[in-house]
Amino acid sequence: MALDPKIPEGPLADKWTNYKNHIDLVNPANKRNIDVIVIGTGLAGGSAAATLAELGYNVKAFCFQDSPRRAHSIAAQGGINAAKNYQGDGDSVYRLFYDTVKGGDYRSREANVYRLAEVSSNIIDQCVAQGVPFAREYGGYLDNRSFGGVLVSRTFYAAGQTGQQLLLGAYSAMNRQIGRGKIKMYNRHEMLDVVVVGGKARGIIARNLVTGEIERHSAHAVVLGSGGYGNVFFLSTNAMGSNVTAAWKAHKRGAFFANPCYTQIHPTCIPVSGDHQSKLTLMSESLRNDGRIWVPKNMDDVKAIREGNLKPTAIPEENRDYYLERRYPAFGNLVPRDVASRAAKERCDEGYGVNKTGEAVYLDFAAAFQRYGKERAHVRGLDENDAALVKRLGQEVIKEKYGNLFQMYEKIVDQNPYETPMMIYPAVHYTMGGLWVDYNLMTNIPGLYSIGEANFSDHGANRLGASALMQGLADGYFVLPYTIGDYLSKDIRTGKIPTDSPEFDQAEKNVKENLDHLINNNGSHSVDYFHKKLGKIMWNKCGMARNAEGLREAIVQISELRKEFWKDVRVPGTQNELNEELAKAMRVADFLELGELFAKDALQREESAGGHFREEHQTAEGEALRSPEFQFVSAWEYQGEPKDAILHKEELEYENIEVKERSYK
Amino acid sequence: MKLTLKIWRQKNADTKGKLVDYQIDGIDGDMSFLEMLDVLNGQLINKGEEPVAFDHDCREGICGSCSLFINGEAHGPDRLVTTCQLHMRMFKDGDTIHIEPFRATAFPVIKDLVVDRGSFDRVQHAGGFISVNTSGKTVDANTIPVNKHDADMSFMAATCIGCGACVASCKNSSAMLFVSAKVSQFALLPQGKIEATERVLNMVKQMDEEGFGNCTNTGACEVECPKGISLENIARMNREYLSATFKG
Repeated sequence: MALDPKIPEGPLADKWTNYKNHIDLVNPANKRNIDVIVIGTGLAGGSAAATLAELGYNVKAFCFQDSPRRAHSIAAQGGINAAKNYQGDGDSVYRLFYDTVKGGDYRSREANVYRLAEVSSNIIDQCVAQGVPFAREYGGYLDNRSFGGVLVSRTFYAAGQTGQQLLLGAYSAMNRQIGRGKIKMYNRHEMLDVVVVGGKARGIIARNLVTGEIERHSAHAVVLGSGGYGNVFFLSTNAMGSNVTAAWKAHKRGAFFANPCYTQIHPTCIPVSGDHQSKLTLMSESLRNDGRIWVPKNMDDVKAIREGNLKPTAIPEENRDYYLERRYPAFGNLVPRDVASRAAKERCDEGYGVNKTGEAVYLDFAAAFQRYGKERAHVRGLDENDAALVKRLGQEVIKEKYGNLFQMYEKIVDQNPYETPMMIYPAVHYTMGGLWVDYNLMTNIPGLYSIGEANFSDHGANRLGASALMQGLADGYFVLPYTIGDYLSKDIRTGKIPTDSPEFDQAEKNVKENLDHLINNNGSHSVDYFHKKLGKIMWNKCGMARNAEGLREAIVQISELRKEFWKDVRVPGTQNELNEELAKAMRVADFLELGELFAKDALQREESAGGHFREEHQTAEGEALRSPEFQFVSAWEYQGEPKDAILHKEELEYENIEVKERSYK
Repeated sequence: MKLTLKIWRQKNADTKGKLVDYQIDGIDGDMSFLEMLDVLNGQLINKGEEPVAFDHDCREGICGSCSLFINGEAHGPDRLVTTCQLHMRMFKDGDTIHIEPFRATAFPVIKDLVVDRGSFDRVQHAGGFISVNTSGKTVDANTIPVNKHDADMSFMAATCIGCGACVASCKNSSAMLFVSAKVSQFALLPQGKIEATERVLNMVKQMDEEGFGNCTNTGACEVECPKGISLENIARMNREYLSATFKG
């Protein structure tokens, strides 16, 4: 089967406009007869649900949390990109497009990325109109900050809680539609299968997580905004409940899963402290605007620090290795995430890590305290040479910018980051891979859409900072509402989709069998036991550096672990009640399949690109080495066992951008 | 460290609950409170008993899922943190810790420590929004300048995570801090002024219908709020409400 990305004709800059001018529309009276299901209420799902309801469709929205406001988009910290060029620093739609394609290591689809850059401005307008309280300058206009991998300041933010503010904006738009009865909200519900009737997605099977009841819901189209799959690593910055189930079930029903091996390991997270750890916490990339990353130059200092005999603040400048500034003078501490993570790993592998486990580097704000402190002292007419005063004023400025992050760090690590440098280490954060979609954001199953992190389309092999929020809202507010209309215009005479068809029977039976098996299994190990084992395999063999041998081992080990899971997992309680262990077991069962496909995809991709680093493919300086023959999207078709999946290739063509070595030097 | 836990166990909304004692050992000060409960649950599962149900998700203090009334305080003894960010270093070896759900008429218990906070959502449905079409074209963002002080105050109010600690801490189970945070966020912005009258009237009406109590200005909510939402918001909402009643 050939993959058709359905990219519209015409010059890049005109494609989206031409497309919108020529699609079929649904008239308002007909929209009232059309139902759409939206899974997930994060930035993508929430904004899509609100907009579709506002256009007149009947929307049913589902989330596993107790309220749509709790979706994990809420935890995004740093900001959202938009090509507004408010700073007059040379930004433009083309430059945002260019940065995103380059940042993604030339593995994303040109037309999708250009559209994303094009609608980015509109997102900011929309959010301000909704009352999202972005950071402002004293003149009352919107403030910007810069992020990794770019040379302009195009990131809009709300302290270190930008995701929260944007999500609450989408939530408020949903609330307006829930109040009007146009969205029917299903909290504490988990989608456990997608129902395909006559080749089209026509509904879902969901489980009410409070009563355990299995429900059938039908619709004319199903939209998956169910997020990423970083929790396949057990430890990640994702929420505890974030899972791949919706996307994976769609995959098992025929939707192709694209580039599963493209995972973002974020450079600035709080290091792991012990075996009890349940999740990892991110320290926003925006901190790299003001923090400088370093490790000691001398091994003696490293040893003294680890033994607790030396404080980092006592190490003089000349004995510090600001390795990002050293290796990448043009971008310095603001290189993209994949580059920064690998550089941290390189130093720690060489033995320069600064905590007990040897897996941490410093993020130091001392220079920023000086810089900001002097500026503020100057503005206030105070003594710029008073070191204590300057430091205090500088700390004040940093507190205004990142106060919540510093507080979070202190609570977790029990060290005051205003007085001693933060310790950070890379952790799994975001997954660029996801369900394959065409330009319409439709999977290869007609009527099944995938938006936000759940799809694969915009970030290639590496996502730039502050672009996830942009993509989520672009998909939900401005792209999907158009593209889905073109599809639904053929459904105006279909009428309500019945839920008593054999397809619904079969899907429900399948779900119930799995639940019955798990609850009656009575094995000897908890769900977490298996999840942690899977996470270890993934981190060691499919993490920041991968090689063929390790990946082959991972495929075998994950497959064995999966068999053991189904034979030996223990799920307490019953089906007909709130049972978190049962919900977890269903999610981990899917991670145990996805993990295997992930390793297979990484094995097949004999190159290094963005977040996918194959040890066999690197330059003499240890940078990622791409290969022109892999300039394609790997879209996998399910065949019963993940390792038997069939590869389909979507060749990537770059007509508006020159593919060259990605350099940040 | 070694601890005695007294945890509220309740099968479902229709049955009576009670405090049950558990002994737990080997707890490290670097664990979060919820990681300590993970350890307990792991042990219960291995013994063939039912784990303790509690709400949690992001575990970084922002989603508002986690709750818990710990030794008589919402989110426990530390200040400006949610339970997921509360660390065991706040306790000492040999301590007895009481763990109960957030209690309020408007937050019925679903199971063990899990409560239904749907009433908060319904208050938001009544008016927690600005009526702007998300699919439409709006004006350029910088054509609406906002005084930085107002924008910052609006942001501070908007950082409410909707956890319900304010309600659980209030002797009247009042939701005034929660509702006033949303009312304030919009009242402080020019975009929010247009619907200000309807918003405050509708949200307060819904708040009353949900069975939340009245505010008697004890300020317990502000002390226990993990995000430090200020009582000033309640004063602002009262002003908004008063002026809306005259207009309305």
